[in-house]
Amino acid sequence: MRVTVRLFARLRDIAGAGELQRDLPAGASVHTVWRSMVSDFPELSAYESSISCAVNADYSRFTAAVADGDEIAFLPPVSGG
Amino acid sequence: MNLTAITTAPLNQQAVAASLDTAGIGAVSVFLGLVRDRNQGRRVLHLEYEAYEPLALRGLDLIVAEAREQWPAVRLAIHHRIGRMAIGDASVVIAAASPHRADAFAASRYAIERIKQIVPIWKREYFEGGDVWIEGATADPDNAGAREQALRIACA
Repeated sequence: MRVTVRLFARLRDIAGAGELQRDLPAGASVHTVWRSMVSDFPELSAYESSISCAVNADYSRFTAAVADGDEIAFLPPVSGG
Repeated sequence: MNLTAITTAPLNQQAVAASLDTAGIGAVSVFLGLVRDRNQGRRVLHLEYEAYEPLALRGLDLIVAEAREQWPAVRLAIHHRIGRMAIGDASVVIAAASPHRADAFAASRYAIERIKQIVPIWKREYFEGGDVWIEGATADPDNAGAREQALRIACA
């Protein structure tokens, strides 16, 4: 299956793109997607304990299953206001 | 005008406040967050804000719902600007209308604390000599402790 990965702020800078596609095996979780990103962009690993994630623009958990066509977003600590 | 918005356009505080239904209202508190010229000893040149827009909008809607739960008579509107902003520009406008002033002030304070906790918006600070992404809180709307902390600050 294929998912879209969205990255923001510093994560986007590290990867050099805000939107990427990833092909994943069946049964993949959000954590599978994150591991795939860290494997391609090792600098992302510094964010492992501080990021939030979202599936299809709704906050989610690393353990959540992902489906074909999903949009998975990884969010560094926020700084709005 | 929508009660919540993420926009690249300059914010209009009067329009945001005027979007609230003021029937039975005795107080309107308007909070503006402005781009400051100094941060952590650095001279700031300008800021660049970005958002995960659909989720940021949901976050603002969630804050409005949480405030309604806490202060049923309060009406809240929150508009956050994104994109490049100069020193002194308003990055956020929060308008809170209430029968009495205490709840209007409290709901407004609650909203800005929650924005900093759970809304996926980031600011990149351009200062003399470089730039840096500002990173605050790990966003988790289900974190009851964070919500209680925002309430404590709002009601202090």
